[in-house]
Amino acid sequence: MAVLVYLESEDNKFKKTAYEALSYGKALADKMNVKVSGVVFNCTDSDSLKKYGADKIITINDTDFEEFSSKKYSHALSQVIKSENSSDVILSSSANSKFIGAHLSGIMDTSFVSNVIDLPESINPFVVKRTCFTNKAFSSTEMISDLRIIGVSSNSFGLIENMNDASVETFNVEKVESNQRILKIEKETGSVTIADADVVVSAGRGLKGPENWEMIETLADTLGAATACSKPVSDMGWRPHSEHVGQTGKPVSSNLYIAIGISGAIQHLAGINSSKVKVVINNDPEAPFFKAADYGVVGDAFEVVPTLIEKLKAR
Amino acid sequence: MNILVCISNVPDTTSKINFVENDSKFDSNGVQYIINPNDEFGLTKAVWMKESNGANVTVLTVGELSAETILRKCLAIGADKAIRIDCEASDAYSVAREIEAHCQTINYDLIICGRESIDYNGGLVPGLLAGFLDYNFVTNCVSLEINNTNATCAREISGGTEISECEIPLVIGSQKGLVEESDLIIPNMRGIMMARQKPLEVVQAKNINAKIKDKKFHKPEAKSEVKLVKPDELDKLIDYLENEAKVI
Repeated sequence: MAVLVYLESEDNKFKKTAYEALSYGKALADKMNVKVSGVVFNCTDSDSLKKYGADKIITINDTDFEEFSSKKYSHALSQVIKSENSSDVILSSSANSKFIGAHLSGIMDTSFVSNVIDLPESINPFVVKRTCFTNKAFSSTEMISDLRIIGVSSNSFGLIENMNDASVETFNVEKVESNQRILKIEKETGSVTIADADVVVSAGRGLKGPENWEMIETLADTLGAATACSKPVSDMGWRPHSEHVGQTGKPVSSNLYIAIGISGAIQHLAGINSSKVKVVINNDPEAPFFKAADYGVVGDAFEVVPTLIEKLKAR
Repeated sequence: MNILVCISNVPDTTSKINFVENDSKFDSNGVQYIINPNDEFGLTKAVWMKESNGANVTVLTVGELSAETILRKCLAIGADKAIRIDCEASDAYSVAREIEAHCQTINYDLIICGRESIDYNGGLVPGLLAGFLDYNFVTNCVSLEINNTNATCAREISGGTEISECEIPLVIGSQKGLVEESDLIIPNMRGIMMARQKPLEVVQAKNINAKIKDKKFHKPEAKSEVKLVKPDELDKLIDYLENEAKVI
């Protein structure tokens, strides 16, 4: 038995969620009294992983993995799992990690539990806690297979430093063919993404029109935050779908979520429930969001937001 | 072209979530069930593809008799045929194995599943199917174009979009963006009448063992009361966020 962590990287840097997955993997390995290894595709920054407790770093350096392919990555991981005799595979909850988690489970004939928020309650039987019903509830879920694939929800476990002088090994992958090719990647430049953000600034219909989003963007810039929006706003085309937060949009699990002019429909609240601290700014004191928030300002967004920006900048 | 759309029967998005039997089971009492929204975006896309280029659209669900209501709705929306694999949907693994068994009997060029269901949010069924069948797979799919055997797909990624091409057969995980919310088809009377004539086949399940089991559900703890700050005292809000919550 051993724990294996998939360490996602981009532009030769590990994502914060990769360090979180490794922190989780290390804590799980300690609980099970086994070793933890990390798998790295084409990233040379292995030294930074020692801080989070890896016993071994397995590196796959191959131009075949330069662009992301769920099939190629999953097959490569399946080979590492077999060679390492892994019992538990830890992934983050990023788009690509969830993509791999599902695909890898199919290839390995096992199951994947995503949105896991804590270490297992027990190892035998193996019971983890995950969110369900889009954060309206939690489930203690028993995993019955010999190989368990676990997706750790972002910002739920946190980073735990644990210095360990990991050994580094290269792994040679037996390649699989794929007729899937990436043609183009379109990235919004300069903005923080909702999935990676510690702070999210979100606005709703209370803003009255897309032309009023400048102050939302300024507030987000001031806080180093990502911008998001409610469902009606994305349905009306004021903001792109990728910003839609809620039950049928994106889940948010940031440290701070600021909702401006969003009433707080049950579907929206479900999507942001796992954010740690919620602030609402709304001129309607009856807005349901006030029941879900930690801090609230009853006031006109067009007055409150500019003042807030001024005060934050003056800090 | 043969298209399969896999449908999940889920509680309406406004449902209150409660549990029974010592918190081990979802309380479906008084809950309205709907087509999982991510599946419905996919179904709408499939109906469009049928209208523009011709295709056979089959909808399939793994579930008990009560799930037939939403299958009839899918037929009214425009699917040609419905299949219900008769068993309780216990986990993603067993559901995907049931669907796979059906896909061994009929060759589909395109299998559409919602990116995830809004009840258990696992996001697992499309990936499992792709893995079991060794089909190409694109999840979080926001655009799809198929010419002959070549598919061009866009996938939402962190902070952008990735466009890729591949050969069919293909499994996609559909979501909003593939079609818009306003594109969803509300069945008209003619559609509803026609749906009654369309075949709804019940298939015996293989009864595959589940790999995960929900032992106990919990609801989030009640929140403490919101701390209100007056609009002219925003320094206090900043102080709370800085020193009490420690998030900025």
